[in-house]
Amino acid sequence: MTETGDLAISVTGLTKRFGDRTVVDSFDMQVPKGAIYGFLGPNGSGKTTTIRMMCGLLIPDSGSGNCLGYDILKEPQQIKEHVGYMTQRFSLYGDLTIRENLDFMARMYRMKDRRTRVNRALADLGLSDRAGQLAGTLSGGWKQRLALAACLLHDPQLLLLDEPTAGVDPKARRDFWDEIRRLSAAGVTVLVSTHYMDEAIQCDFIAYIAYGKKLISGPAKEIPRIIGLTTWRVEGEDISALETELRQTRGVDQVARFGSVLHVSGIDVAALNRIAAKQQERGTHIWQRKDAELEEAFIYLMAGATDNFAARAAPA
Amino acid sequence: MTMFSLARFGAILFKEFVQMRRDRITFGMMIGIPIMQLVLFGFAINSDPKHLPTLVEMADDGVLAREIVMGMETSDYFDFVGTVTSQEEGDRALRDGSANFVLVVPVGFERDVLRGLNPDILLSADASDPAAAGGAVAAMSGIVDAAIAQVLTGPLQYTAGAPPPFSVTVHSQYNAEGRTSTNIVPGLLAIILSMTMVMITAVAIVRETEKGTMEALIATPVRPAEVMLGKIIPYVFVGYVQTLVFLIAAMFLFDVPFIGSWFAFFLGFNLYIVVNLALGFLISTVARSQMQAMQISFFTLLPTILLSGFMFPFAGMPGWAQALGTAIPATHFLRLTRKVMLKGASLPDISGDMLAIGVIMLVIVGIALRRYRQTLD
Repeated sequence: MTETGDLAISVTGLTKRFGDRTVVDSFDMQVPKGAIYGFLGPNGSGKTTTIRMMCGLLIPDSGSGNCLGYDILKEPQQIKEHVGYMTQRFSLYGDLTIRENLDFMARMYRMKDRRTRVNRALADLGLSDRAGQLAGTLSGGWKQRLALAACLLHDPQLLLLDEPTAGVDPKARRDFWDEIRRLSAAGVTVLVSTHYMDEAIQCDFIAYIAYGKKLISGPAKEIPRIIGLTTWRVEGEDISALETELRQTRGVDQVARFGSVLHVSGIDVAALNRIAAKQQERGTHIWQRKDAELEEAFIYLMAGATDNFAARAAPA
Repeated sequence: MTMFSLARFGAILFKEFVQMRRDRITFGMMIGIPIMQLVLFGFAINSDPKHLPTLVEMADDGVLAREIVMGMETSDYFDFVGTVTSQEEGDRALRDGSANFVLVVPVGFERDVLRGLNPDILLSADASDPAAAGGAVAAMSGIVDAAIAQVLTGPLQYTAGAPPPFSVTVHSQYNAEGRTSTNIVPGLLAIILSMTMVMITAVAIVRETEKGTMEALIATPVRPAEVMLGKIIPYVFVGYVQTLVFLIAAMFLFDVPFIGSWFAFFLGFNLYIVVNLALGFLISTVARSQMQAMQISFFTLLPTILLSGFMFPFAGMPGWAQALGTAIPATHFLRLTRKVMLKGASLPDISGDMLAIGVIMLVIVGIALRRYRQTLD
């Protein structure tokens, strides 16, 4: 048995095939206890499959690892006792009431003080007076909050959230993340998969997966450096024309616009510097070198992901 | 930790009942299907039809011939709608369906009877639907006997008791077992239980997978046996309700007797319910959607109706069909029910049927357990 120490999740070489399609390929991941770990990648890249393997819902074809100190192959039962898993789709019973759903989940974990816990969860949700409403009639944001409450009932040490905020409005998303940070501060480890940049930048760690392969992982702050992204901040008149021009310039990998400011990024530092120098000679805009941040890194990764879908070989 | 938890099992059981109560349409179907089938099969499908249009070719209208015609008329099986004068005319009527029967009394019939020449009366029947003619044909000999008793009195008494002094030749033969509903209704229980039990269980389980709730469910520490039993047992109760509805309808609506052992019946239908639920569970491990579960259930229903002996007499089926039929639980339960209800059977009489159902159940449960996965693989 490997020494897990301060890791909530430690897996190596996880591989899963469906038929002759390899959905997850030699996946490694180390998630420190208490961290918020962001799991990024395009649709169909294997995020859900990876999460399912970590909590015993799928058996990996090869690879091994621990989750909360339990072997993911041999002790799925123990893992399930201590993990809260929130599925991508709403997976509570639409034809049961809010209270019945919570009560049912509480009974699945054989909780002693079931009634108290369910009542507290209802109060925390602010749904005490709507407890008799059918869960299927709730709006998207409320369903998501209810689902989170349901998987927190048994005080899990690890939360696995599979695109928890898909289709939820920004206000509800912000509230949701406040809750996630509160849980993290209380010592709960959170592994969350997402598409959204504003969620990615809230994470302590990030792993990026495409075509079932992990391409990049590390502390969120270091991701731009790991990618090797150089960024220039550009400000000035007629920024739209410049944006169009730069997009077609070789050596510029990405132009992101923030109001009247452009963030121009690229992997090839020399090429980007030449472009910047030439532009500065023109003098129409102010060019300033800046540190590439997670925003740029995220946009770069997601843009690359779309390319991956166009069947380009994934960069190693 | 890995033991079966009664608490979790109970929670699933309870949840299933709540969902069943909320799903009004399915709940209505559980009660509605048995009643509808009973009424349709018990009343509408009548293989002993009466008042069949009949033509008569009277080449001799003596007392005896007229007595036979009158006897046929009062039997309710035959409605005389006219006369024909030639064989061609009679054949045409049979062909175009304007008559089901043509009775031909030959020239000099009564005279030949008295002379002891044993003449023939011909009853031509439309044999395209043998079942339709069966009852009427079977009733013929009784009618003839009665007519003879009426006419051949006094000096002709000597012929009574002996074989009739003339013969009735019938062109089609069919063995009716008497009143149809007595035969059909007990068999219906097998069909009703099979239809609803298999389909409802299969759909109820696949629904969890299709709606994604199964994923959340098996992400909890719940054990497979708890899920399986918790989801199946509520439908055992549904089977009880259906059987009760069936028994009430059978005994009070159709006057079907129940002369056998209640205990034997109780054991038998419990076993049969379980085998159907197991089949439903097996289907749920194959089907990917509720629609597929429904289709596969219907697919199994067809042989159940056609090959179990419900629709057609089992003994009349070719060997391969009988072999297939033997593998169908309904075949054995149908025999069991008919034996117990109609023939007064008790436990020893049905032990063979029970054993057969038990073997089929073991096979189905074995395959289902092998296919059931605790994971989403």
